[in-house]
Amino acid sequence: MTELVKSLLYLDGVTVSFDGFKALNNLSMVVARGEMRAIIGPNGAGKTTMMDVITGKTRPDKGDVLFEGSHDLTKLDEAAIAELGIGRKFQRPTVFDSHTVLDNILLALKGPRGVFASLFARLTGDERDRIDAVLATIRLTDRRHEPAGLLSHGQKQWLEIGMLLAQDPALLLVDEPAAGMTDAETAETAALLRRIAETHSVVVVEHDMTFVRDLGVRVTVLHEGSVLAEGSLDQVSADDRVIEVYLGR
Amino acid sequence: MARAMPLGLGRSGVAFLVIVAAAGVLVPFLNLATSVDSPWHVPTTTVVLFGKYLCFALLALSIDLVWGYCGILSLGHGAFFALGGYAMGMHLMREIGSRGVYGNPVLPDFMVFLNWKELPWYWFGFDQFWFAAIMALLVPGALAFVFGAFAFRSRVTGVYLSIITQAMTFALMLAFFRNDMGLGGNNGLTDFKDVLGFDLQKSATRCGLFTLSAAALAGGFLVCRAIVSSKLGKVLVAVRDAESRTRFIGYRVERFKLFVFAVSAMMAGLAGALYVPQVGIINPGEFAPANSIEAVIWVAVGGRGTLVGAALGAVVVNVGKSWFTGALPEFWLFALGGLFIFVTLFLPKGLLGLVGTRRARPPEPPAAMPAPLESVVDRRAAE
Repeated sequence: MTELVKSLLYLDGVTVSFDGFKALNNLSMVVARGEMRAIIGPNGAGKTTMMDVITGKTRPDKGDVLFEGSHDLTKLDEAAIAELGIGRKFQRPTVFDSHTVLDNILLALKGPRGVFASLFARLTGDERDRIDAVLATIRLTDRRHEPAGLLSHGQKQWLEIGMLLAQDPALLLVDEPAAGMTDAETAETAALLRRIAETHSVVVVEHDMTFVRDLGVRVTVLHEGSVLAEGSLDQVSADDRVIEVYLGR
Repeated sequence: MARAMPLGLGRSGVAFLVIVAAAGVLVPFLNLATSVDSPWHVPTTTVVLFGKYLCFALLALSIDLVWGYCGILSLGHGAFFALGGYAMGMHLMREIGSRGVYGNPVLPDFMVFLNWKELPWYWFGFDQFWFAAIMALLVPGALAFVFGAFAFRSRVTGVYLSIITQAMTFALMLAFFRNDMGLGGNNGLTDFKDVLGFDLQKSATRCGLFTLSAAALAGGFLVCRAIVSSKLGKVLVAVRDAESRTRFIGYRVERFKLFVFAVSAMMAGLAGALYVPQVGIINPGEFAPANSIEAVIWVAVGGRGTLVGAALGAVVVNVGKSWFTGALPEFWLFALGGLFIFVTLFLPKGLLGLVGTRRARPPEPPAAMPAPLESVVDRRAAE
């Protein structure tokens, strides 16, 4: 029970099935406040489904999903979960293509999300400063007025991370941030995430082992919808079952 | 496109307002203050025709607001237009009073004909102009609100939403065709005499309605501009481009859609209310699904997501329609279909895009980008 109170994110016995196929099978996991956690696993291990469950896109058939020990995420919709402070970056970079880089950040910026609040919203100096800070962090300051659709793949990934920063959530869920990046870009992204993790809790799903090593955090290995192993990357890489899952077939 | 966002109206917006305002003043002046023989004289029939186009332009604007900016392809906006028209038509019927064929001071002719003894409850209040004017906005707005609340909460999107909007207008058409509906059935409402005491046959009244339509179009444009240039407008475009992303950053997408859908329906209702006194009739044919589709074509032809283009498209297509239905009536629908295909294939930004691309080319994409070659190769490999 103490684990529940300390935890930021608490999943217990979560099961999701699609037409009989169990995408998540009795998955249990705890992420502590301020922790950064990497999730690895072969294709179809349930990584993205887990993200969908946490962000309210998919309802689990069974199990508990609690945020900050008290909010039952299985009862809330996407917008309410985002309001609670969970931000998500998709596997394929999803930004608002026809909006400028600046407007992408502006839309994500923490603040009232109501219809009429948006209709009468005026950009304050403080908000402008926060947007500038985010733009500087993701190194897109000089492209701020360009439509996001014109950015390169890697820059879109960074813009999406920037949108997460602007949203300032307590927990960031980041799905394959290094997909399609060069080695140099991958290393920079790892450094960026480490910096973000100083002030936020982060869950990163990633295939790229070099990237996970760069992060240097506790690793959870998913396989067929449940947790196979958990520990440091060296520990889990030495685990026989993990080796079998990754190399055995 | 990137530069169009700042709060100003932009060059095309200012030009649009100037043209609408000039037309609103000049056309009535040239009709009333010049003699019939003068080369400058604008005949009353032309005033009426263009007054009609202005109403269509307002309808197109309302469609562009939901379709161009929020991606809601409504194929049922003609229903909101017709409901606004019926609200105004009901008032005009009551204003006929005892001048009808049967001379009944309260009941419209068609009710006397059907042997009805008293006005149905929903006709009460329509003897007052202000009540009818409010209803012309409120009824379409309320219908859009209820319809949207169900559709958007259930996350009906894309082509499914388009189909149920078609079903909505079709169902209303069938309902309004029935005599029991108490709204004139097949024949609808017609034989109007005057509005607010002004004779509808007089040129001065026609000109007044023209100017009012121009004012409504300009006002509607300003309302749309205010909406799309606010942060709410940015949320709408975000919904259009990536709906689920918008949800995940915390916006209740269905509420934004509902707001803009209801506002748009009220604008369409206003357009219908101004249209009816100018054409002198409203009947269930206005609910025909084809009407709504035609209005969407105006927007596509003029340029989706530009507002000015939508209004332009409505006028251009209708001028073409007036000419075509005079010269080659049987070919009009083919011409309209051909135009739609042509615009979709060759002018994705419509007529306005034609003007825009010549003036300012979009910035060259990744030339200034220091993206190393490997990243491109990697990306190819990843895909």
